Amino acid sequence: MWRFVSYRLLQAIPVILVVITATFFLVRMAPGGPFDGEKAVMPEVKAALEAQYRLDLPVSQQYLSYLGDLARGDFGPSFKYPGRSVNELIAAGLPVTAELGLYALLVALVIGGLAGVIASLKPNTAQDYLPMSAAMIGICMPSFLLGPMLLLVFGIYLDWLPVSGWGDTPGDKILPAITLGSSYAAYIARLSRAGMLEVMSQDYIRTARAKGLPEWQVVTRHALRGGMIPVVAFLGPAFAGLLSGSFVVETIFQIPGLGRFYVQAAFNRDYTMILGTTVFLSTLIVLFNLLSDILAAWMNPRLRAQFGDN
Amino acid sequence: MALLEVSDLKVSFVTRMGTNRAVDGISFTVDTGKITAIIGESGSGKSVACYSLLGLIPQPPGSIDGGTALFNGKDLLKASEAQLREIRGRDIAMIFQDPMTCLNPYMTVGKQLVEPLCFHKQVSKEQAKQRALELLEEVGIREPESTFDCFPHQFSGGMRQRVMIAMALINEPKLLIADEPTTALDVTIQAQILKLIGELQSKRDIGVIFISHDLAVVADIADQIVVMQEGKIVEGGDSEHIFHHAEHPYTQKLLSAIPADSKAPMPGKQEPLVQVSDLCTWFSDTKTREPVKAVNGVSFDINRGEVLGLVGESGSGKSTIGRSILRLVPVTSGEVSFDGTQVTALEGRVLKDMRRRMQIIFQDPFASLNPRMTVYDTLAEPLLLHGLENRKSVAAGVLKLMDDVGLARSFVRKYPHEFSGGQRQRIAIGRALATRPEFIVADEPVSALDVTIQAQILELMKNLTSQLGTALMIITHNFGIIARYADRLNVMYAGKIRESGNAEQVYLRPRHPYTVGLLNSVPRLDRPATERLDPIEGEIPDPGNLPSGCAFKPRCRWATVECELTEPVLEQVEGRQMVACFESKSVSDSVGIVLQ
Amino acid sequence: MATQTITDITEAEQGTSLWRDAWLRLRKNRLAVFGLTVLVVFIFIALITPWIAPYSYETQNLDLGATGPSAEHWLGTDIFGRDLMTQIMYGGRISLMVGFVATAVALVIGIAWGAIAGYVGGRVDAVMMRFVDILYALPFMIFIVLLMVVFGRNILLLFLAIGAVEWLTMARIMRSQVQALRQQEFVEAAISLGLPPATIIRRHLIPNALGPIIVYTTLTIPGVMLFEAFLSFLGLGIQPPQTSWGLLISYGAETMEEFPWLLIFPGLALTLTLFSLNFLGDGLRDALDVRSSKD
Repeated sequence: MWRFVSYRLLQAIPVILVVITATFFLVRMAPGGPFDGEKAVMPEVKAALEAQYRLDLPVSQQYLSYLGDLARGDFGPSFKYPGRSVNELIAAGLPVTAELGLYALLVALVIGGLAGVIASLKPNTAQDYLPMSAAMIGICMPSFLLGPMLLLVFGIYLDWLPVSGWGDTPGDKILPAITLGSSYAAYIARLSRAGMLEVMSQDYIRTARAKGLPEWQVVTRHALRGGMIPVVAFLGPAFAGLLSGSFVVETIFQIPGLGRFYVQAAFNRDYTMILGTTVFLSTLIVLFNLLSDILAAWMNPRLRAQFGDN
Repeated sequence: MALLEVSDLKVSFVTRMGTNRAVDGISFTVDTGKITAIIGESGSGKSVACYSLLGLIPQPPGSIDGGTALFNGKDLLKASEAQLREIRGRDIAMIFQDPMTCLNPYMTVGKQLVEPLCFHKQVSKEQAKQRALELLEEVGIREPESTFDCFPHQFSGGMRQRVMIAMALINEPKLLIADEPTTALDVTIQAQILKLIGELQSKRDIGVIFISHDLAVVADIADQIVVMQEGKIVEGGDSEHIFHHAEHPYTQKLLSAIPADSKAPMPGKQEPLVQVSDLCTWFSDTKTREPVKAVNGVSFDINRGEVLGLVGESGSGKSTIGRSILRLVPVTSGEVSFDGTQVTALEGRVLKDMRRRMQIIFQDPFASLNPRMTVYDTLAEPLLLHGLENRKSVAAGVLKLMDDVGLARSFVRKYPHEFSGGQRQRIAIGRALATRPEFIVADEPVSALDVTIQAQILELMKNLTSQLGTALMIITHNFGIIARYADRLNVMYAGKIRESGNAEQVYLRPRHPYTVGLLNSVPRLDRPATERLDPIEGEIPDPGNLPSGCAFKPRCRWATVECELTEPVLEQVEGRQMVACFESKSVSDSVGIVLQ
Repeated sequence: MATQTITDITEAEQGTSLWRDAWLRLRKNRLAVFGLTVLVVFIFIALITPWIAPYSYETQNLDLGATGPSAEHWLGTDIFGRDLMTQIMYGGRISLMVGFVATAVALVIGIAWGAIAGYVGGRVDAVMMRFVDILYALPFMIFIVLLMVVFGRNILLLFLAIGAVEWLTMARIMRSQVQALRQQEFVEAAISLGLPPATIIRRHLIPNALGPIIVYTTLTIPGVMLFEAFLSFLGLGIQPPQTSWGLLISYGAETMEEFPWLLIFPGLALTLTLFSLNFLGDGLRDALDVRSSKD
């Protein structure tokens, strides 16, 4: 078991390194530096600023010193918000985004999982078509469409829920969570339905029935274990998607999270911010992928045995 | 006393093509303490009938249209779902064909085992576990404690089936329904399980319904036999009557498929066409990196025009040999020569020419035909490839091939999925014969077909190859059938040939302990009725993990110390028979006495 | 049983190929047919847009400003007085084009990569798929956003960037298909007949591998379109004067309180297209998946 985990962890390191390197050089290649901004800056001032932020050094040296900083956990100062380091900004935005992501994930898992399982029990009937059509809507309506629509209906026309902010007014977390979670709910619904259908057609389900178990026990005790594996395997990519989806949702609902910072940093050419956030988010995604892979493998006894749990 | 009385049962299914009357008015009884066998080929309705007794068929699209099934005075067909659930697993239990797919791979064996007990009766977890362990021991599992906590995939087919039997019996049901419980198992394991079922049944004095497509399998254990065809019962009675005085033509056809004798040996011309020396084909296990010694030092000849039978169970290496000779898998060491030329090193043009002279027929007729090519495409391909026909003449060539294999010419533009299994196999045979090869390997050519079709296809192959003078190597696990068609036999076990000789000799006077055991496990009619099955103990070895010395030793009755230390080699004994065993003399002596 | 003997192949009755079988099954799936119809209509409109658009693309009517649906402007106008229907039609051309072209790029690279890896196997396969695995692990969303920022909003780059992400899954699918097929006995039979590898790949492997590829392609296109819309929404994708549905939606979201139709109609267009593609893809999966009559 531990061999598998450490093997995968080792694999993750080069990936992260590639992310850091590629991002670093990509950002440097962009036309326009952080200080070629709105106001015209006098050359001497610009030179001084660049020296301060070490932009006058050759790129390879900048790279190495950045790596050094990273090893110490220092993402560097923000170019656009003087006096504030990237670490601070990440620390400010992360909890918000994390909370949003968590709620969205919960929405996706609970609603999606339930819908898929229920639909799979009576395929090709209304019990199947209704949840799956709803799921289809979730997939086909992107969050940047669904969000505004929900805002329009619930926030403006009906005036039931607040339209922006996070934690300022009660209930302002509901719409963003639903918006972000809905397309993942849809994917999870389809995955769990497919997984359950596959499992329910297996012979061992018939054996369970032949033992006299009532149908609900057949489903919960026997079918769910295997049927949910595809959902668990999907959690990794879902997490990555949620993180990127947060960009949009945070923009629409004016939420001060990491996603919004990232978009702004991208526009502002805030090198260190871009770098820092990219590296941080990427590392999170890689780790989460690893976790979900391990979990899915563990759920399958055949794979579990491979790692010496005999 | 009748435990179960079924009268006029009718079950139908609604399909795309209309309503299918799967069970069309059948009546039979099962008595306590007796085994009733229901025999029929695929589509006969035998399984559907029994599943409907417990309400296990999906009700749309299936429906029970009529009849009664009295169990303990109660009509099962009219029982409510709740009542049926009481009965399932408690009064009537079932075991199924494929133990791999019938056990939940995500739950431990123990958990699944105690489930029916805990559900139907109020027992504590410890009591349930205790009972489960007792049963595991009773069904012949050697380490019940550790088995309890393991997962199904960690066991062999035979052991899994034992677990299923234990699971079925844990509530001491009055009736056991066994749906083809041994079909997916190797012959020697099948014999073990049959014996086990027989013993458990008589010990508990319960009634058993044994469903099978193979009349021979139930020869030793059934008291009553019911024969079904297309939803109806064509004949029924006690087994003595059926086996010796069967009246219905269908029953007689089923009976004739059972080996009762072997044919006389051919006065063989000894002209070797294919020569295999010291062939080793090893694979490497992707997980453990250990070598899997599928074929582990095999040498034999195949003579021109002869039919050689290669007999063995799973793990014997028989399929791999066929593929090795044809260069479909890479050979690890050793040599194969065809008509004097080394096959193992050929490439390019020369290899292509060689391929024209050697062909192969596979087991699964569906998988061996490209589903997107018509019969015409499939048969024309080899003809055109090797220049036997040109664009203009190939159509006529294809039609002639279809005549040869007995396929109606009007089917020439149809696709494989539009044919039955037997017909598809004919197409495959046609393809193999198209290039007029000198040697054909047939890898389990009839195992996937119904029993009544098997004989047809084997006859066809035999006739065609003898007409053309083609040598035929038939690979099979079915000792009974092959003895009738082969001139010579090689018996394989764990990657090596253990015995070899004329078919009749090997069949009637086996000299290797494994061959003896194999023959004992094959259900036969010419055995005296009182002599029950005598299965070999133990499991088939894993080619990735072979024991030292003679690989058969752990299961051998005649084994001595020497057998564990050194490996016996194939040696000539009498006539042209060859055996790899130190004790072959004592083996053949004891066998000779029994078979007199 | 046929009693007459035929001497000419053409006299025999044509069998039903698996493709035809699948098509018949697809036809019965009403949702899939609906999807296919809508798709065909939209594509047709997109192709002939320059000839049938009611207004010119740039025509502004500042006096008019944003108005709701009316007789002259079926779907209304935007804040510059431009006809919304025209905008949607031109935007559709871009959105659909990005969807299909990027997917085509991914298809070509992915199929070639996967087929080679799957057929050759061994070392070559290991190396090729290790490459795919590493790329797969990279969080692409983030990278693409970065790329778009860095290199500007070049439509060509957009195609390449999106295609570069999607080809990975395509390669994986193709490889597993080819691997599975290679084990099938009819491929072994083809080898034992003496057929050269190129013929085997062409005649035996590819036709049988197409099924899942077709399904996956149909389901990739909506994903690509969504991605383009997402980027445009963030301001990182298509730039004015060109337009796409994503861009239209982002404008519409800004003014949705006063001019809801600016959000609703482009949204409807996008959603309808995505629905159609997904229904079609699902229908294709169901139609192609079942191996008919394997008794």
